[in-house]
Amino acid sequence: MMAGHAEKLKKFPGFLTVTIGCLVLLYAPMIVISVYSFNATRSITKWGGFSLGWYAKVFANPEIQRATVNSLVIAVSASTLATLLALLAAIAMVRGRAFRGQEGVYVLINLPLLVPEIISAVGSLIFFLAIGISLGLMTVMIAHTIFCIPFAYLPISARLQGIEDHYEQAARDLYANAWQSFRYVLAPMMLPGIVSGYMLAFIISLDDFIITNMVAGPGATTLPLAIYGMVRIGFTPEINAISTLMLLASLVVVTLSYLIGRTKRN
Amino acid sequence: MAGGINLQTNWSTKASNSISGKQFLQLFPAMAAISFFLIGPLTFILIYSFLTPGTYGGVEWQFSTESYLQFLFERDLITDELIFENAYLLVFLRSLVLALIATISCLLIGFPTAFFIATRSEHNRNMWVLLITVPYWVNLLIRTVSMLFILRDEGPINAALIGTGIISEPIHMAYTNFAIGMGLIYSYLPFMVLPVYASLERFDFRLMKAAYDLYAGRWSILLRVILPVVKPGLIAGSLLVFIPCLGAFIAPDILGGGKKLMIGNLIAMQFQASRNWPFGSAAAMILLTIVLIALTVAARQPRPGKEVA
Repeated sequence: MMAGHAEKLKKFPGFLTVTIGCLVLLYAPMIVISVYSFNATRSITKWGGFSLGWYAKVFANPEIQRATVNSLVIAVSASTLATLLALLAAIAMVRGRAFRGQEGVYVLINLPLLVPEIISAVGSLIFFLAIGISLGLMTVMIAHTIFCIPFAYLPISARLQGIEDHYEQAARDLYANAWQSFRYVLAPMMLPGIVSGYMLAFIISLDDFIITNMVAGPGATTLPLAIYGMVRIGFTPEINAISTLMLLASLVVVTLSYLIGRTKRN
Repeated sequence: MAGGINLQTNWSTKASNSISGKQFLQLFPAMAAISFFLIGPLTFILIYSFLTPGTYGGVEWQFSTESYLQFLFERDLITDELIFENAYLLVFLRSLVLALIATISCLLIGFPTAFFIATRSEHNRNMWVLLITVPYWVNLLIRTVSMLFILRDEGPINAALIGTGIISEPIHMAYTNFAIGMGLIYSYLPFMVLPVYASLERFDFRLMKAAYDLYAGRWSILLRVILPVVKPGLIAGSLLVFIPCLGAFIAPDILGGGKKLMIGNLIAMQFQASRNWPFGSAAAMILLTIVLIALTVAARQPRPGKEVA
């Protein structure tokens, strides 16, 4: 009886409606654009039957092909480097003893999240030009590595915090050296966190537009830059198709990252 | 934002040990990379904002505060007098107003949503949180483009309204302040729901029953019992929405059609078409200052985790 009443108290009129509205707002535009990517006609408003024609056009477009290769090369290298840097930093921050100025180091590692992206973007542009690195794939990779570090760091350090250090101590007691206890004991236990962090960094790099737009020189066009260029000219169904593909890529990677990051440690 | 901007730390700030050599070596690569390639650029923005614009872009190494004056004044070419000019001030005002409207809208949508999620069973809560989180990780440019797609004159909303005979002419939604506002809400709504949910999750719902037994009505329980407890979450969420909205570039660029400028567009323009680097740098410094003030205010808030532990 009393529990039933408490349950009733938790129900506020309209809250369910707002929640549904919130989900509709978050998902409806993505769903609509995906549905229209299968529209056979060029018309945006009329449904002309199901077709994969726009996808065929996207895959045959040489500019999109080049942009995809650029995006993947940048995302793989930036997220690999960022994950390595974040892993080292996480071990020092979580496993090492507390030290003076640790909070400052924490803020520094997360600084790329705190600075508005447009400021990092124009800052990187003038910085690269001032120190004489010409804009291109290299500058995009460097910039992406920097802002991927906190995204890789958060899941890795969260995972590490959940692993007690008895395991490494036991390994050391059994005459494992520092590298062996890391390689055979800690690393396998941390792996879900590392994979999760790597995937988040990967997707963040793949999706970035603002910073890439500023520091990509000619020939370093990535997928978001290509899509932006297409939208600027006018809406075409190809944009719907390529957007749907990128939506799908993000959904798959993020869901996987979430599931892997949540796997139970044994 | 899984984790996201979180100034909370779980170690004591009073550690008196200095950093060990091994820790320093492990931290060095990440710290050096961020210091060089992020603090470096920020320093250059600060320096460039006090220089003179070059004739063909770039800068001339001559100290000047002209870029900051340019926000409020225009220099008369003949008399060299400063004349008040509000064009840039209006851009800042538009950004502030739009960011504020977006933040309030996110509060109004985000709180009931977070409350609804927090009152689900533990298993269902995780599913709901994932549903709210996923859109954040989806490409912001593409999400904004899809918002433009449905708001367009020929888009599905107008097509449906015309099709059902409610209106005969399309309602112009794309390329307006309304569209930018919608884009901002759509972009940053998860940033509001998640921190509010995090503080509601810790809320002891038996307090509602206790308040009810003391003759509090449903809405006065909400106002006097729940809201004070989730206040830190509401503040954190508001900042997480307000700060990126203020510096937004994609939403005003795509949904405003480049006509309704916000600070982000004004800054980007100075490094692209307009080629006035010192002015762009000064605009960036002003934006950064506003953000720092907001973050300082946030960091001074009592930390919600402390009293629970």
